[in-house]
Amino acid sequence: MTLAVQHLWLIPALPLAAAAVGALAPRSGRTLAAGAAIGAMAGSFILACLALAGALADPAAHQVFNFAWFDLGFGALRLGFLLDPLTAFMCVMVAFVSLLIFIFSTGYMKEDANYKQFFCFLSLFAAAMLGLVVANSLLLLFVCWELVGLASYLLIGFWFHKPSAAAAAKKAFITTRIGDLGFLLGLLWLQDNQGTLLFYDGGAGFLEAAALANLSHLLPCGLAVSTAIGLLIFCGAVGKSGQFPLHVWLPDAMEGPTPVSALIHAATMVAAGVFLIARVYPLMTADQALANVPVHALTVVAFIGAFTALLGALIAVAQNDIKRILAFSTVSQLGYMMLALGVGSWVAAIFHLLTHAFFKALLFLGAGSVIHAAHHEQDIRALGGLSKKMKVTYLTFALGTMALVGVPLLFSGFWSKEAILHAAHGWRVSHLPFYAAVLGVVLTAFYNTRLMAETFFGSPRSENAAHARENGPAMTLPLVILAACAVLLSLVNLPSYPWLAAKLLGEQEVRGHPIFEGAGLMGLSVVLVALGVGLGWALYGRSLRANSAAKDPLAVRAPGVIAALANRLGFDELYAATVGRLNAALATLADVLDRFVWGGAVDFLAALGQFTGLVTRETDERTLNGGFDTTSDKLRGAGQAYSQAQTGEAHGYLRTLALGFVILLLLVVLGGAR
Amino acid sequence: MNALPCTIYVAFTGALLALVAGARSAQAARVVALLTALTVWGLTLYAASGFVPAAALQDLINIPWIPELGIRYHLAADGISLTLLVLTGLAATTGVLFSWNIGERVGEFFALYLALIGGVCGVFLSADAFALFVFYEIAIVPKYFLIANWGSTNREYGAMKLVLYSFAGSALVLAGVLWAYAAADGAGFGLAQLAEAATRFTHVQQLGMFALVFTGFAVLAGMFPFHTWAPTGHVAAPTAASMLLAGVVMKLGAYGCLRVAMPLFPVGFAFFQPAIAWLAIAGILYAGFVALVQEDFKFVIGYSSVSHMGFVLLGLAAANATAAGGAVLQMFSHGVIAGLLFAVVGRMVYERTHTRQLADLRAMPLHRLIPFAAVVFVLAGLASMGLPGFSGFPAELTILVGTWQTRPLWALAAAGGVLVAAAFTLRAIQVSFFGKVERVEVNAHHLPPITWPEKAGALLLLGATIYIGLCPDALLDWIRPALRSPLFHALFTGGAS
Repeated sequence: MTLAVQHLWLIPALPLAAAAVGALAPRSGRTLAAGAAIGAMAGSFILACLALAGALADPAAHQVFNFAWFDLGFGALRLGFLLDPLTAFMCVMVAFVSLLIFIFSTGYMKEDANYKQFFCFLSLFAAAMLGLVVANSLLLLFVCWELVGLASYLLIGFWFHKPSAAAAAKKAFITTRIGDLGFLLGLLWLQDNQGTLLFYDGGAGFLEAAALANLSHLLPCGLAVSTAIGLLIFCGAVGKSGQFPLHVWLPDAMEGPTPVSALIHAATMVAAGVFLIARVYPLMTADQALANVPVHALTVVAFIGAFTALLGALIAVAQNDIKRILAFSTVSQLGYMMLALGVGSWVAAIFHLLTHAFFKALLFLGAGSVIHAAHHEQDIRALGGLSKKMKVTYLTFALGTMALVGVPLLFSGFWSKEAILHAAHGWRVSHLPFYAAVLGVVLTAFYNTRLMAETFFGSPRSENAAHARENGPAMTLPLVILAACAVLLSLVNLPSYPWLAAKLLGEQEVRGHPIFEGAGLMGLSVVLVALGVGLGWALYGRSLRANSAAKDPLAVRAPGVIAALANRLGFDELYAATVGRLNAALATLADVLDRFVWGGAVDFLAALGQFTGLVTRETDERTLNGGFDTTSDKLRGAGQAYSQAQTGEAHGYLRTLALGFVILLLLVVLGGAR
Repeated sequence: MNALPCTIYVAFTGALLALVAGARSAQAARVVALLTALTVWGLTLYAASGFVPAAALQDLINIPWIPELGIRYHLAADGISLTLLVLTGLAATTGVLFSWNIGERVGEFFALYLALIGGVCGVFLSADAFALFVFYEIAIVPKYFLIANWGSTNREYGAMKLVLYSFAGSALVLAGVLWAYAAADGAGFGLAQLAEAATRFTHVQQLGMFALVFTGFAVLAGMFPFHTWAPTGHVAAPTAASMLLAGVVMKLGAYGCLRVAMPLFPVGFAFFQPAIAWLAIAGILYAGFVALVQEDFKFVIGYSSVSHMGFVLLGLAAANATAAGGAVLQMFSHGVIAGLLFAVVGRMVYERTHTRQLADLRAMPLHRLIPFAAVVFVLAGLASMGLPGFSGFPAELTILVGTWQTRPLWALAAAGGVLVAAAFTLRAIQVSFFGKVERVEVNAHHLPPITWPEKAGALLLLGATIYIGLCPDALLDWIRPALRSPLFHALFTGGAS
């Protein structure tokens, strides 16, 4: 049994319905809201599996179902759904991870007064995210893209009574919207250029050969049109996926509840940028055949990705908040995915996206389990000794860490990272990104060793950590399942049997490489991981931290560097001092202009009008009336009374009116005379 | 369709009845007003149900009025008028609901209110420049009294400023129309006749007339830099008047630009087109930035209105069927969303807390005291930001797509407005409803609960913005054929570059 493409909309519709149930349920309807959310997600997961079966039946096909949304005046704006292996794998992953995180949340959010809303927002997010994945139109994708941004805003700011959470929510929304602006412009350009925003449309979609040929002409600046549009769309991905220079929002987003961080800011939404670029990959590569252009779109993607991968890993070294460390690690890993896209291996990017989703969700949920048990203590310096108190959390967290670090052979993260390193090594344009990636591997191993050592080993360094107890099955069961996935997922894409890659590329047959091919590179990365872990253990593992106030051994050796890294290299301050300042200055300037210049001009005119009125009135009294008075005096008739009636403002107004009428008449005459 | 002229008569009759009923009891006046507004709305919907879109104005009534001057009482409608009439009906109905608590001189309030509605309906239906002008004036006068008598902060100043601006604008329009009338030499005031005669005007005449008429109307549409009446006027006005002001009266200006200034003087329009587009873009960004630092809640909304009307003007300036269709859609969308925002700020918040200072509101746990208002405001704010699912998204998207066809640079510059809108809206949402709560005891503030008329009004407006957001063709199917009429066709093929 498979799910046909015309029924694909059911996958996002189920959680949307659950969100509606959550919104309409009374405040006390906690079980109802959570039950609807989990039930809908389970349904979506089953449907996604059926869709995957349908996609795998013919992996090379792009099954579409298109329909018109509204008419733009020169043709209908069409939206649609798409079913191919990329969509199907993403659907299954999103639905499955969401389901587990929903279950985890029933435990984690148990005491929260707004429990019902939480599930409503989560369902809304899942609906938008699944909609994004099944879209066959850049516009529908953009619509869902905005909606996941909204859900992310609502969930980061879920504890809005904390000023930091409210600020983080706003920062996330605005920062990602800066990227979205580029996305929107790329979309408008594409619409104007192609007249369609459908990906695939039986040969007429913009990702198909006919359209791509139209996009290769050069702009006056030397870039190909496809490069320009591709880079604009990439701006959206930079914002959403926390790439440099828009990465600043993602660590702050950790103000949200931990399940939110796991689902939205680690596994799914932040990976949407990677998915987007993979989805429009034919557009991104359309300029590759052109030799005489200054830059190819993918080259930019590769460098941004590599730089972000290194930057995130570096900053993660000096963070102390367990969630911030993981957040910067996410920034870094997303950089790896972008790097893979940039060097031409979108399949490696998607493989890493999928493995990362599982092991990073696992790590965040593990962190959530720790935080929940340790009464919301998030500073790793104040934790410690949890390996004995929270066995399940400890073991699963360790598995997740090993996957992230890339411990060889057994762990999914090893294979997906290996694929990326391999692709980067083979990139002809430059070797710099490869070196950055290699350095990143060492750093990743290093900071994760530190994280493990400080959190779980030694003895508790605070009251909260000392009282920590393992959580209930609602929280530990998802950890176990995710941990299993973090290990087993490596089986789907072993170099000797790259099933996933073959399906994604639309090949029926799976052709593997001999295991020793690329063994040199694999050996190198094993050495690098060992080096990172060794360094980390030497600094943090051998002599464990004595108390929460003790100095960090690395900060003792290089205080300046660590302080700068702890401060995230000052990006936030830099932006506040430049963009923030400029924005505030513009706003103030505009306000002042409005109050004093435009407003002033109007008030001046009004004052001038009053003044004229006063003058005319005075003239009236003195000269005209005076004249009348003298005449009346002389005539001694009814003139006196007559002139009395004519004093005052009414007269002045009438006069102005008459003057206006004369000018008008003159204009009319002038016009008529021609 | 033939029911449409009745909207004018019903509104005026309702105004008289409200005055009479108000002398007996306030409740009677309210009921009369609500029934009148509902009838007006019902008539527009009834007309819409039987509406067959056509590429021309469909005559409704056409009789001599002042034959000596060639003035006719000529009413006609097309999809554009119909869209705006439906909006007027909706705004009128919800406006009455949000004025249910008015306690002072209720009869007079609703009489003026309904007279304003009648004038507005007249403008949207007029096919004769003189008749249009007369209705336009009828719509302006009650505004002054509504604000000056029932307004709040600085009401006399706001009312005066607004009326002076309006009269200055209408003086320009009158001058331009009279000039055209004189130059057309006996063609009368009919819009079609004037347009026909205008083809024989000289270049200079076209430029001059266009500048006068367009500027006159654009003042009321809140075009930068003639927008300063809007924020002060909105702030001073009572809730229902702000709703009508932003929701409908600003549309009168934009409608005048589209119906009178542009098709009558295409040569003049072509000359000024870039200037209008850049002023529109300036308005979008400038008003957005001003909104970012306002401390009075209503000022934030007032400036956001100016910013959104910038999109309407940009759509008109881009001069193609797509952008202009988007502009009309945006008129509807903004009418609904601005109405909703003003309703929350003016009625639900201000009349309970008696403050609109964001600094004061920040200290109140409003989301707990009046959760309904908080939810409505968040939704309206999202709509105002142009989030998908609400009417602002298809409207602004269509405008940007169309503008890109004419000049990509304009679309590029205007798209920045989307970002600014997000910034000031989020600020307003967070500061006003979701301020720092932990310091304040909830019991310290006792606010009266949200009443049923407020709920009904908010739900009507929310329903409208979501319905059009999901299904913009419901309106675009009326609007698009109208934009294919010969007059517009000539404008869009000749005017655009």
